[in-house]
Amino acid sequence: MENLEIILPEIFLSLTIMFLLLFGVFKNNSSKLIYNLTTFSLIILFALLLNLYQISDLSIFNNSYKVDSLATFMKLLTIGSGIFVMLTSSKYIEINNINKMEYPILILSSILGMMVMISSNDLIVFYMGLELQSLALYVLASFNRENLLSTESGLKYFVLSALSSGLLLYGCSLIYGFSGSTNFNIILDNSSSGQYGITFGIVFILVGLAFKISAVPFHMWAPDVYQGSPTSVTTFFAVLPKIAALSVFIRFLYVPFAEMNDQWQMIIIFLSIASMIFGAVAAIGQKNLKRLIAYSSIGHMGYALTGLAAGTNKGIQGSISYIAIYLVMNLAFFSCMFMLRRNNEYYESIEDLSGLSKNHPLLSFSLLIILFSLAGIPPLAGFFAKFYVFMAVIEQKMYFLAIVGLLSTVIAAFYYLRIIKIIYFDKEKEKFETDHHFGLKLTLAVSTIFILAYFIYPSGLTEIVSKINII
Amino acid sequence: MDFPIISSLIILPTIGALFILFTKSSNSKYQSSKYVALFISLANFILSIYLWLIFDKSSINFQFVENREWLSGFIDYKVGVDGISILFILLTTFITPICVISVISTIKHRLKDFLIAILIMETLMIGVFCSLDLIIFYLFFEGGLIPMFLIIGIWGGERRVYSAFKFFLYTLLGSVLMLIAIISIYWISGTTDVEKLYEIGIGEQYQKLLWLAFFSSFAVKTPMWPVHTWLPDAHVEAPTAGSVLLAAILLKMAGYGFIRFSVGLFPIASEYFVPLVFALSLIAIIYTSLVALMQEDMKKLIAYSSVAHMGFVTLGIFTMTQQGIEGSIFQMISHGLVSAALFLSVGVVYDRNHTRLIKKYGGLVTVMPKYGIVFMIFALGSLGLPGTSGFIGEFLILMGTFKKSFLVATIASLGVILGAAYILWMYKRVVFGEIIHEEIKSMKDLKKFELLILLLLAIPIIFFGLYPEPLINSIETSVTSLIDNYNTNLTQSFAKK
Repeated sequence: MENLEIILPEIFLSLTIMFLLLFGVFKNNSSKLIYNLTTFSLIILFALLLNLYQISDLSIFNNSYKVDSLATFMKLLTIGSGIFVMLTSSKYIEINNINKMEYPILILSSILGMMVMISSNDLIVFYMGLELQSLALYVLASFNRENLLSTESGLKYFVLSALSSGLLLYGCSLIYGFSGSTNFNIILDNSSSGQYGITFGIVFILVGLAFKISAVPFHMWAPDVYQGSPTSVTTFFAVLPKIAALSVFIRFLYVPFAEMNDQWQMIIIFLSIASMIFGAVAAIGQKNLKRLIAYSSIGHMGYALTGLAAGTNKGIQGSISYIAIYLVMNLAFFSCMFMLRRNNEYYESIEDLSGLSKNHPLLSFSLLIILFSLAGIPPLAGFFAKFYVFMAVIEQKMYFLAIVGLLSTVIAAFYYLRIIKIIYFDKEKEKFETDHHFGLKLTLAVSTIFILAYFIYPSGLTEIVSKINII
Repeated sequence: MDFPIISSLIILPTIGALFILFTKSSNSKYQSSKYVALFISLANFILSIYLWLIFDKSSINFQFVENREWLSGFIDYKVGVDGISILFILLTTFITPICVISVISTIKHRLKDFLIAILIMETLMIGVFCSLDLIIFYLFFEGGLIPMFLIIGIWGGERRVYSAFKFFLYTLLGSVLMLIAIISIYWISGTTDVEKLYEIGIGEQYQKLLWLAFFSSFAVKTPMWPVHTWLPDAHVEAPTAGSVLLAAILLKMAGYGFIRFSVGLFPIASEYFVPLVFALSLIAIIYTSLVALMQEDMKKLIAYSSVAHMGFVTLGIFTMTQQGIEGSIFQMISHGLVSAALFLSVGVVYDRNHTRLIKKYGGLVTVMPKYGIVFMIFALGSLGLPGTSGFIGEFLILMGTFKKSFLVATIASLGVILGAAYILWMYKRVVFGEIIHEEIKSMKDLKKFELLILLLLAIPIIFFGLYPEPLINSIETSVTSLIDNYNTNLTQSFAKK
């Protein structure tokens, strides 16, 4: 039991959730306090995890729960972005009247689910984490219950997600049936390429996971859910579940089935090519910023998967760097969206950005940086994300994938340019309010500077990521 | 040499841009921004002159090399200059203050942003010319798209959005293939350091594909026929200073890239593709000259003439002769000065009459005699009259081409005649003749600052036309070593066969 300290963060988080729940029930009008306590506890959690960073490669609970460099780094990313999501959206939920005491608690429990997912080394533990995360997300998506779109998006997400969970469970049971265990390491010993049951199991599980990161052709929920959910929840959706699902992708593909990569490599290549192309093409006609960012995130997930298709440690590291840079860009983008406020109403159509640069030069400049970075133009951070991934892909001589990927960045560049055109070249509209709270300004400033100045010292991230060796 | 002079050249304009970004001008005239921009760009020019003076022209190595760890284990930040790149750096630092002066006195709307964009552009352009690592080169090369997109889009003419998009997407499309090639080179050779790559060379079996990938990027940027169509649009819609930057420096990035990378890294493929480049260059020279004859818009005419002139440049580079490559470099410098001057000259009348259509002018010489004289100098420089810098470049290129192929050189010479035809015809229609339009009569002659920047450009055009030695002297050793390297590679590959 002495190893229990390595799951101290999870224990701490569970206790916090229970405490806050009781606190909220017994004390009236405590939602604001709970919100702040949640942010605070996330910061403590971050510190606890940093403390764990030295420990590498330990597993507990009969080797079903793993704490290694991958898990710790991904958890740090999750919680770090969780903190920033909380910081950016406090005003938004107040104005939209969704600052109920359940809101932060649901966010915490979904983060707990993600942490379990990230560390899981066993199909059952993984499924438990996934469901904990998803259940909280269903409620969050429909949290603005007086809004029709929000309710619809919650329901839609629930129905489709339940379907994909079912497929995933079926895959798990196939794998259990053919290999005799749910533990990743034992599956590795007991499985071989010849067993069709295992191959089918892999396919079903990949479908479930692809749904979670909204890779084409399992992306249908993303645009509606992104648009319908309250923006604060969309911010959460766009970043955190993707980190968790990607780390499960990595662990699931590279621990039990590393030697069967001829079986799953084509699937990953297909998913990534389809997502990159679809994400680039479908976003062109969008009018709503949230919907547009949903399509753009489909595309971005395609790039993240590209690294996994390479089948090397470099590829995995590329994907991890990709998701790390992607989450900063997304946080920055959503911080900008939270700034589009006029008379206690938030604006989310692209047309509302028209001529923004006249009245809000700094905000427009940040958006300019963010959008060029999302398009992957050097020397901004988004370019490096793509660079790492394609570095790994080309090492494996997968030129087709690289060419398709980079050509779709050109298509994608078009719709990012369209937003920049609207901001910089079009006629101005009414001013937006400028009195933003500190957390929002801080998030935007930190993330924009990160994107802009990343090229000065790119070794920082690569050095951390290069310690993650799965194979 | 401990002082990082090249990095200072690169960083200085950015520091100036940051300074402008964070200072608030007390009045709406942006006085402080103007002086900062002018001061920084002049300081950079003086620094580059100093670099030229202390540069050792007899050495074939890269000089003032700085090598720092950047992306640990992968790529180093490596910059340095040789005889070829130093001229382009000088061109950049010389053109930038001219752009700044032109912008300060003509742009009223969002001046501060324009100055920032120009200074950032200068950083990126100098970076392109002195980076000695392919990845670093790519960063600077592509980064230039962002400020140029904004310059065309914010301060451009009526169809600015279309032109800005076309410019951006065309160039990006060409460049992503180059990125794939650069990464492939890393995995094939284990490095992207240009100096090391010159030494170890790149396997023959890879060269052709890699050459094509680089070619796709440079051909769009040069621009070569048939991917030149973005250039006339971009030029016509861009503000004067944008056109100047575009014609004088951005196009030269590709010519420089051809010399440094296509010829330097892939000699065998370059030899193989010579007929392709010759064919495209000849089409560019003849076809776009004919198109230029038909133009009604002055800026468009000059844009097409740029395509034709760049056709000479690519022709000269791929003759692989001492004269041809030296001529190409000379032609690029000369065209940088001449086209900048021509665009500024068009800008002068556009500011007064708000049209660029040739038929709206005529008889300018009677109301604007000074303008008539300076415009004449530039027109003659463009057609390559002996005594102007344009002549030296074209002459050397044609000399090199004759060595290689008589037929190609003959056809290219026809281009020189056409070049004289379109530019003189335009000059005649704009400056001479009767005054038909009433509004011409009220046009004022050159203001002091206009005369200043145009004379500043006229001096080197005439000086280097009469005395090209300083430029040729500076590039000679580098070009010789380039060609030696090229020939050894070819003979080795034949010996193997």
